[in-house]
Amino acid sequence: MQKAEKMQELRVFAAEIRLEALKTIGSLGFGHVGGSMSVVEALAVLYGAVMKVDPKNPRWEDRDWCVMSKGHAGPAMYATLGLKGFYPIEQAYTLNQPHTNFPSHTDRTKTPGVDLTTGSLGQGMSTAIGAALGNKMDDKNNHVFVFVGDGECDEGQVWEGAEFAVQYKLDNLVCFVDYNQYQLDGAVDSIMGHGKGLGAKFDAFGWHVIEVEDGNDVEQIYDAVMAAYKVKGMPTCIVLNTIKGKGATFAEPSHSHSSQPTKEQWDEAIAAAEAELARVKAL
Amino acid sequence: MSFTLIGKHEKDARANRDGYVDAMMEMMTADSKVCHIDCDLYNCINTAKLEKNFPKQTFNAGIAEANAMGIAAGLCATGRTVFMHSFGCFASRRAFDQAFMSAAYAKLPVHVLGSDPGVCAAYNGGTHMPFEDMALYMAVPEAVVIDPTDFAMINCLTKKLAASEKFSFMRMVRKTVIKVYEDGADFEIGKGVTLKDGKDVTIIASGIMVDEALKAEETLAAEGISAKVIDMFTWKPIDEELIIESAKATGAIVTAENHQVKCGLGSAVSQVVAKNCPVPMEMIGIEDRFGQVGAQGFLQEEYGLTAAHIVEAAKKAVSRK
Repeated sequence: MQKAEKMQELRVFAAEIRLEALKTIGSLGFGHVGGSMSVVEALAVLYGAVMKVDPKNPRWEDRDWCVMSKGHAGPAMYATLGLKGFYPIEQAYTLNQPHTNFPSHTDRTKTPGVDLTTGSLGQGMSTAIGAALGNKMDDKNNHVFVFVGDGECDEGQVWEGAEFAVQYKLDNLVCFVDYNQYQLDGAVDSIMGHGKGLGAKFDAFGWHVIEVEDGNDVEQIYDAVMAAYKVKGMPTCIVLNTIKGKGATFAEPSHSHSSQPTKEQWDEAIAAAEAELARVKAL
Repeated sequence: MSFTLIGKHEKDARANRDGYVDAMMEMMTADSKVCHIDCDLYNCINTAKLEKNFPKQTFNAGIAEANAMGIAAGLCATGRTVFMHSFGCFASRRAFDQAFMSAAYAKLPVHVLGSDPGVCAAYNGGTHMPFEDMALYMAVPEAVVIDPTDFAMINCLTKKLAASEKFSFMRMVRKTVIKVYEDGADFEIGKGVTLKDGKDVTIIASGIMVDEALKAEETLAAEGISAKVIDMFTWKPIDEELIIESAKATGAIVTAENHQVKCGLGSAVSQVVAKNCPVPMEMIGIEDRFGQVGAQGFLQEEYGLTAAHIVEAAKKAVSRK
């Protein structure tokens, strides 16, 4: 397949993920829209073109791993995994309902395809690194991807993990930083800024750093992952400069972390995502 | 379960930690999936020996316990049997959220090892003196929580834990302790051990308090009080059957622990007793206080953790029948 064709496929996949994630959250009327929307393109690239996974055998031992350390982006993971065939997508519509297998934050014991449990911020960084270490000790030719939020990078554990991954030369580890500039209480810089920037921080810790100018552009993300695959002897950090709430008409302008929009706002957002999917398909 | 009680109140010549290290050497040789992760304390518990012999199974996370706990959980997810060690204070308080969510909640059965429990932290002082480590882990659903007694028991239980699929926390004194059991003793997680049978009162102890309980039994016997002594090394799941049977047979109970009594062994035993067979109970342990620096002997006197304190408590319990 030509690259242009593949990128077109990924754009459609991203639009589908966004629509499903919005609809699942919308089915209950509230949830973590902002941080789910910002990582949609990265998930489309991983599950659409990069990761070796087997939806029929989620714990396949040679698979690539994906850990959503910013666990509140669960709905984006659930839409992606459902569309990828890990389970019928309809199941994701039980999101946050009693006894669901699709809780707010990703849970390895509940959802097929979720590799590690997250929710308490910073922890997915360490568990992903543990998984990368284990896979490396097994001489496996696979990768572990982990998503951390920019607000999550307030947590000291992220940096304890960052040191460890360098010490153990984990070149099978790729960390995406979802640099959407907003955390729960407002703009990251107004709450707990990141000095010279998160890319500079990871660089200072000894990581290979790739800055992606538009973290909601599938081609730029894909190119960054391909570049990360060539790096030996150190982990790679891909800084995704994203937009919180991307594509959700009520969430994007406000950069809201979690939203409780009105029924009309939901209808508008879902209609807009449907229109966007149709537009992208026609390209 | 099979064991030979020594009962001479003499210290083992070997460091207690080697009960763990010897078991790990054996298991790591047999199975490349058995791992140890430490927090800059290889040289404190002799795990440098594991690193030297098994560099692909032994990892040092540096002074970063929260991360180490997460790494342990991640390693576990790749099909490994993982033991994570730090001093008891850090292995519990410092890394508790990680132990809870990344490991226990996620059903990744990491085995956490907390060294120098309670007054055994001695010269490291109050900052390093966990009287609450067991309490924290007992609050974790489904966790196995153990306060082992000596070298032989640690050696046995390390292997038993490795074979279990439950998340666990086990204490471990690093240096020498009283040798209570002959080497090769076999124990079962969740089953208390009756060391002496008696009819007037039951002393239920664990860890360093087991030998104090055995000494108390001798003193009580000389005074005409017959005491049953139980080594209740598993605090959770606790051996309810043995507690109920002993309460009914002796009609009084004393618990003895190197830990806060309000959320430890005394509480766990009293829950079983209150529900099934109410009898007078006395509890020896830390009474809502912080630790402090000093020799272990001084600290045991200071906090009331000696045979003499158990004897007094036993008499009181018997008098309340």
